[in-house]
Amino acid sequence: MMRAALAVLLVLLLGSAARAERLIVSVSNHRVTVTPNYSGEELVLFGSVEKDASTPADRKTYDLVVTVMGPRAEMVTRRKERTFGIWINTDYRQFLEVPSYLALFANRPFDVITSPEIARRQQIGLNNVLLTQRVSGDYADVVPNDVFRSAFIRLRTQRGLYREDPSAVTFLTPTLFRTGIPLPAEVPIGTYEVEIKLFADGAFIGKTETAFEIVKVGFEQFVATTARQNGLIYGLVTAAMALMTGWMASIVFRKD
Amino acid sequence: MQLYLPIADLPVNVFLVLAMGAAVGFVSGMFGIGGGFLMTPLLIFIGITPAVAVASVASHIAASSFSGALAYWRRRAIDPALASVLLCGGVTGTALGVWTFTQLRALGQLDLMIALSYVVLLTTVGSLMFSEGLRALMRTRRGALPPRRTHNWIHGLPLKMRFKRSKIYLSVIPVVIVGILIGFIGAIMGIGGGFILVPIMIYLLRVPTSTVIGTSMVLTLVTMLFATLLHAVTNHLVDAVLALILMVGGVTGAQFGARAGQKIRGEQLRLLLGLLILSVGVRFAVELVIRPEDLFTIRELGVNG
Repeated sequence: MMRAALAVLLVLLLGSAARAERLIVSVSNHRVTVTPNYSGEELVLFGSVEKDASTPADRKTYDLVVTVMGPRAEMVTRRKERTFGIWINTDYRQFLEVPSYLALFANRPFDVITSPEIARRQQIGLNNVLLTQRVSGDYADVVPNDVFRSAFIRLRTQRGLYREDPSAVTFLTPTLFRTGIPLPAEVPIGTYEVEIKLFADGAFIGKTETAFEIVKVGFEQFVATTARQNGLIYGLVTAAMALMTGWMASIVFRKD
Repeated sequence: MQLYLPIADLPVNVFLVLAMGAAVGFVSGMFGIGGGFLMTPLLIFIGITPAVAVASVASHIAASSFSGALAYWRRRAIDPALASVLLCGGVTGTALGVWTFTQLRALGQLDLMIALSYVVLLTTVGSLMFSEGLRALMRTRRGALPPRRTHNWIHGLPLKMRFKRSKIYLSVIPVVIVGILIGFIGAIMGIGGGFILVPIMIYLLRVPTSTVIGTSMVLTLVTMLFATLLHAVTNHLVDAVLALILMVGGVTGAQFGARAGQKIRGEQLRLLLGLLILSVGVRFAVELVIRPEDLFTIRELGVNG
């Protein structure tokens, strides 16, 4: 009995020894408001690696991978093919619950930080992030070089909504770090999860999470919400607006 | 000045959109048409998705045709009886059009269908109008009389009705069918359909020129208002901010266009309009045939959370 309790204690101690470092992080703004003239901005994430007594003394340098994931959405990627001389959407793939915004930042290239196997398990790099597709009734991610998957990532990257930058994280001191999170103008609204993963000598040694929220404010957002939630009223108001404009024009430009 | 369009979901330059509205308004005022067939392609060209362009232009056309219709109403150049029969078909056609629009969008073939309809319709109507304009121009050169109008098979159809203001005695069947047709293509393509409706009414239904434009504007007005409403309810694609900028530009441009149009002769005007319609059609055709820059497209089906 005594021996069993000791064993449990030992496991607990070892367990905490394996997670010797603590990560303390914060983002510069937990609530980003997007106004009508918003043209993109950059959030700053900063934090430090706290060592404790159980940290191996020879462990000096750390590697960090920061993953930012926007609200999840369902998306369809379609491919055009030449049919009867014209280009038509023929084949398509449905992506389920994929992040609408995805950014991966690190202080060094991903393949230098860790082994390919750990990178795959920890979803390090755009090629390793899980993007579930519906493949004929089945749900699965596919190989990274799948045409639909790579086209999907390429198109999202072009819009600035997916990105990976292995030099975005900078260590100010061996334990103090910061990184910028660029948010483009057409950033989707919702809750963003930030995951910070710590590596040392190629091994994954711990992670922490934080989050921020993007809200749109102002007249435009009011219009967008009304259009989606009260379609009929929105349509009636737009129709009335058209009539008013037409009527005003006929008064202003009336030839008497 | 950049402005964020809430439904189109992209920032645009207000002055660019205003100028586009004014330019299309000028052309529409000059030829006495709604101008949707120019406006929708222009919006697609600046990066607005075809679906949002079609839905938003509907309300823009409603505004310009309302100011036009008011002017024709004051001049008593609208036939209320003919307009109501046309509207019976128009409203049905619009509802069918919006329903088809929604189905095509779900299938991912909407953009293709919009482009194909533009190619077929605009090249046909454009070349017909162009050749007709050329023939008319040659006739006036030679000093020959225009061919006499004769009654055609349409005038043998049953269910005849007397349209007092237009002074015609006509079956309601072809009128309702024309209404359905215009409503249907208007809802799918984002056009008022005036440039097709007016020739049909003149050449097929033999409606006198005194009431033809005013009456066709009433049909355009009601079908486009109805299309706006249906697109807003079913597809949530009407961008009111975009529509408002277009309307303001459009109705202003139309006034100057109308003045310019009075200085050009009728045959030349038709020739020019034919050429314009034809070139928009050809542009769409070219786009379909050449290999697109990117074969892949993404559509978001809604954000959860």
